[in-house]
Amino acid sequence: MTLIGWLQILLFFALVLALTKPLGGYLFRVFEGEHQPLPRVLGPVERVLLRLCGADARQEQTWTQYTVAMLAFSLLSMLGTYAIQRLQHVLPLNPQGLPAVGPELAFNTAASFTANTNWQSYAGESTMSYLSQMMGLAWHNFVSAAVGAGVALALARGFTRRPGPAGQKTLGNFWVDLIRATLYVLLPICFVYALFLVSQGVLQNFAPYRELLTMEGVKQTLAMGPVASQEAIKMLGTNGGGFFNANSAHPFENPTPLTNLAEMLSIFALPAALTYTYGKMAGDTRQGWALFAAMSILFFAGVAAAYAAESQANPALVASGAAQDGNLEGKELRFGVCGSALFATVTTDASCGAVNAMHDSFTALGGLVPLVNMQLGEVIFGGVGAGLYGILIMVVLAVFIAGLMVGRTPEYLGKKIEAKEMKLAMLYVLIFPLVILGLSAVAAVIPQGLSSLNNAGPHGLSEILYAFTSGTANNGSAFAGLNANTPFWNISLGLAMLAGRFLMMVPALAIAGSMVGKKVVAAGPGTFPTNGTLFTGLLVSVVLIVGALTFFPALSLGPIVEHFLGAAGKAF
Amino acid sequence: MSSASSKPASLFDASLLKPALLDSLKKLHPKDVARNPVMFVVWAGSLLTTVLVVKDLIAPRPDGAPLWFTVSVMLWLWFTVLFANFAEAVAEGRGKAQASSLRKMRKDTLARRLVDGREERVPAPSLRKGDLVVCEVGDLIPGDGEVVEGIASVDESAITGESAPVIRESGGDRSAVTGGTKVLSDRIVVRISVNPGESFLDRMIGLVEGAARQKTPNEIALHILLVGLTIVFLLACVTLVPMALYSGVPLSGTAVVALLVCLIPTTIGGLLSAIGIAGMDRLLRKNVLAMSGRAVEAAGDVDTLLLDKTGTITLGNRMATELLPLPGVRREELAEASQLASLADETPEGRSIVTLVKDTYKMRPRELQAHQATFVPFTAQTRMSGCDLNDPQPRSIRKGAVDAIVKHVQSQGGPVPPELAQAAGRIGDAGGTPLAVSDGSRVLGIVHLKDVVKGGIKERFDRFRAMGIRTVMITGDNPRTAAAIAKEAGVDDFLAEATPEAKLALIRTEQGKGKLVAMTGDGTNDAPALAQADVGVAMNTGTQAAKEAGNMVDLDSNPTKLLEVVEVGKQLLMTRGTLTTFSIANDVAKYFAILPALFMGVFPQIAPLNVMRLSSPLSAILSAVIFNALIIIALIPLALRGVKYRPLGAAALLRRSLLLYGVGGVIVPFVGIKVIDVLLTAVGMV
Repeated sequence: MTLIGWLQILLFFALVLALTKPLGGYLFRVFEGEHQPLPRVLGPVERVLLRLCGADARQEQTWTQYTVAMLAFSLLSMLGTYAIQRLQHVLPLNPQGLPAVGPELAFNTAASFTANTNWQSYAGESTMSYLSQMMGLAWHNFVSAAVGAGVALALARGFTRRPGPAGQKTLGNFWVDLIRATLYVLLPICFVYALFLVSQGVLQNFAPYRELLTMEGVKQTLAMGPVASQEAIKMLGTNGGGFFNANSAHPFENPTPLTNLAEMLSIFALPAALTYTYGKMAGDTRQGWALFAAMSILFFAGVAAAYAAESQANPALVASGAAQDGNLEGKELRFGVCGSALFATVTTDASCGAVNAMHDSFTALGGLVPLVNMQLGEVIFGGVGAGLYGILIMVVLAVFIAGLMVGRTPEYLGKKIEAKEMKLAMLYVLIFPLVILGLSAVAAVIPQGLSSLNNAGPHGLSEILYAFTSGTANNGSAFAGLNANTPFWNISLGLAMLAGRFLMMVPALAIAGSMVGKKVVAAGPGTFPTNGTLFTGLLVSVVLIVGALTFFPALSLGPIVEHFLGAAGKAF
Repeated sequence: MSSASSKPASLFDASLLKPALLDSLKKLHPKDVARNPVMFVVWAGSLLTTVLVVKDLIAPRPDGAPLWFTVSVMLWLWFTVLFANFAEAVAEGRGKAQASSLRKMRKDTLARRLVDGREERVPAPSLRKGDLVVCEVGDLIPGDGEVVEGIASVDESAITGESAPVIRESGGDRSAVTGGTKVLSDRIVVRISVNPGESFLDRMIGLVEGAARQKTPNEIALHILLVGLTIVFLLACVTLVPMALYSGVPLSGTAVVALLVCLIPTTIGGLLSAIGIAGMDRLLRKNVLAMSGRAVEAAGDVDTLLLDKTGTITLGNRMATELLPLPGVRREELAEASQLASLADETPEGRSIVTLVKDTYKMRPRELQAHQATFVPFTAQTRMSGCDLNDPQPRSIRKGAVDAIVKHVQSQGGPVPPELAQAAGRIGDAGGTPLAVSDGSRVLGIVHLKDVVKGGIKERFDRFRAMGIRTVMITGDNPRTAAAIAKEAGVDDFLAEATPEAKLALIRTEQGKGKLVAMTGDGTNDAPALAQADVGVAMNTGTQAAKEAGNMVDLDSNPTKLLEVVEVGKQLLMTRGTLTTFSIANDVAKYFAILPALFMGVFPQIAPLNVMRLSSPLSAILSAVIFNALIIIALIPLALRGVKYRPLGAAALLRRSLLLYGVGGVIVPFVGIKVIDVLLTAVGMV
């Protein structure tokens, strides 16, 4: 580790911190404010879009209505994406004449992008036409992030709304949230952001692929395409699905250290800002900062571990006398150890899944960090919206334990946490290990699962575990080393991604529905504060304990054993 | 009852232990175990290991774990279930001992039921709500009810432990009688107010015995958390088998069950029902009958406490301390009038005036009859009392609230000197009660009645404040008097000139602000407020209406009992919370004991993970299982006694508990498992 490395990390975090308040305030104005920005330009567009959805901005929805709208929209757009991929050979914007995508892969990809996962069992440049990329995939990059934000806002409203004498049943309107998130937040930022990326050398064209003669005299196909526009939303919407197979390691996606910083910043920007928005909604910004602080602590723990681990040279290489400055295998030299370790931490903290280095080539412990980040439930800033509703579920658990310990019926923001909320929160918590561990266990013993592995031993198990964790956590980053484009993996991962998204959103929305009408209890000295350092500490412990206790046995057979074997000179 | 509360019951009473041991065996029945999902998993795991042991006995496998190991794990798993059962049985046993002393009061007497004016003898348990029964000297009152006719002195010592008989009469606030108490004089007719099996006693017996114990809301929520965690660990352990298979690690069924049982929250799961039963039991020991566990739990959440001033904050009686004649009135004249007005007044205040006059002015009380006096009693309408004399000349002497006397005098055309209000104001500011005295249409002066605040009450309110509970004093006094006493007693707020409607309104306002309100009361006019309050503690001396409206009855009729009720409620939740934290925190050490042990055979390189340096893999697993079982036994006293409640702010309390049970919960098992491992090695078992 170097001082410069740490300064980079601190600079990155300082920028996140600086962005949180203004962006969070903007989000609050967009979603909860009386007047949205640019009423003359965007107002009419919003009204037209709302009419198209058959929605009325003043008509709020109950949690069931909200859920049904969200699920229906997601299902329809997933079917649309499936259809585009299956028909891309007859549709326009296919200069390479790529054939139709196979059914399992098309299902996997549609599920993946609908679930904001962007797990890619394919290489973009050799599989997807420009139309599939832009209409099928980029569309989801926008709306899946907007859906996530909507669910988070609904849950936030559930906790923060104060029911009047007439009671309170509604959580906002799904269509309004969806359209506002896209129109006022994602589109404008991405427009500027894409232009910036182009200025740094990211591609943006519809040209056919170019044939070049390299200096060695070999012919090479250089893939082209509308990259910058995809790249912007890929990061901002915590999607992570690269235009190219090499993702953000590709020089046309992420050419310079400056774009690397901007890309990382844009991953954390919205999830971090949403904590501030939440604080504003709660009428006490410290409530939001407490969540932000808990996330930050976990972030620093992760980045320190990953950076430290990757700064160690591979023991096997040291033994052979080829000493290195850190573990540089699978890393881009323009980013180095620090830029890669930081990017890996950020992308797995925030369920983005874009990568600028091969996680498979990380040291055992360095690779453990991204895995653990995801297994903690993608609550370290997390996906757009998903991070906020994820950490709020953890808050419910933390508040419950803390409430009992101070001898009071647990309450959060003045609303009591009762059996019903606990049931839903536990359901939310259970789905995660059920899918990850269940599917990993199956894949570890059946030939369809094993045949895709490139590595044996503990590293192979890490690859399986990583794939299902990444899918279920809606991260989408790949450990690589696993050939996921087989019917078994495509279907099982597709289902894992849908379960990890929608089976968890529904209990979150149900909690919102159950909380929103609850009587607010006045806070007193007997209620413990949820906006201070003590609570932040407790929240961090709950996140760590829930995640660690669940996955420790599986991890100990994967990366942990691998680490000790590696230290003893055994590689896989 | 009284004996139960005075006897400091030792936690493990020898006479209770034997039946408890027997009960813990009986509770192995699947139907009993199934009620507690966490322990059911342990039970099923024990059964599974037993099957594995039998299989090993019939067909030993040369590569399997040694038999002594499998048998030891099996035994300790069964012990885990038994220990949890034992905890519950001990709690229930203590409850039953209480209950049987309660039951003794409910002797099956013959009741004299009135049917159409005729008496018939029927067994007490056959009485229904609404039945009328006659009780005379020496009769036990057959059930809870209300006196509808007559007056009698009743010995209630069976319930309250107070030996002095009390008066029970029809109408008014002293009409309630409790089943099992004895009529000492006269004859009363009682209307039975509960059906058999529904009386407070019956309900309480059911609650402490655990039979009728319904889970309280927080208990249900906690149960869900524990079941959820159990499923998580079930998943983690079950999926470990195929993953181990992939890794080439042979896992024995015994080892996986051992891991599972160690991870699921058995400590809290095993002690949960014992904690609940013990909480009810603790309350009963304080002589409070709660209608439900829910009410006790709600008491822990109380934000605002409404307390009657008289009897709670101040000693019941106000004492006359001083006479203040108005200008132009001789002190002796005022003294004489005050004395005359109070002679027939049997209230403590009245008597204290007589005593003051006698002691200070050496005036002997005069015979009222000699003056052909008629006593005018106090009524709520006039708010005055006094006497009318006919000899030697007609005089009408009154004492009463200043505004009442002013009205009285003005109605007769008398003047009201401004000094009256000034003097009254001064007394009020000092927390006293001014009592004006008039003779005919003349105001003579003021008697200063002083409220005596109970010793130690201020410290109790400080405790409440530290807990975050606001105390509100309720009094019929005027605002100035109330403010002065409120200040002296250290309450946070007061409601002066309180009427039943004002009390009810105050409760509603507090609740409207989202606060949980507790109050004590005894009179029928308190009933609506008691019913409206979230926690209503009715005094046992109070009316049946009050008792039915509240959700607890204090047998000692001590209004400050609320403090203890609140503490028991908080203790109940805290005990659950801290043990849950402890239970979960324990898992860290158990992982570090068992996981390396499971994998070390195939991957000897992971030895550094064996941070406790346990002597062998088998010893590691066994030590963890033994620790897991023993910790339940070790924590039974804590579960029964409850964690010590400290009146600190929530944040301080949480910090303390997290440190003690969270951090402590991580460290203790590391030490415990290591010690057991050393012992096992020392005795040569492993």
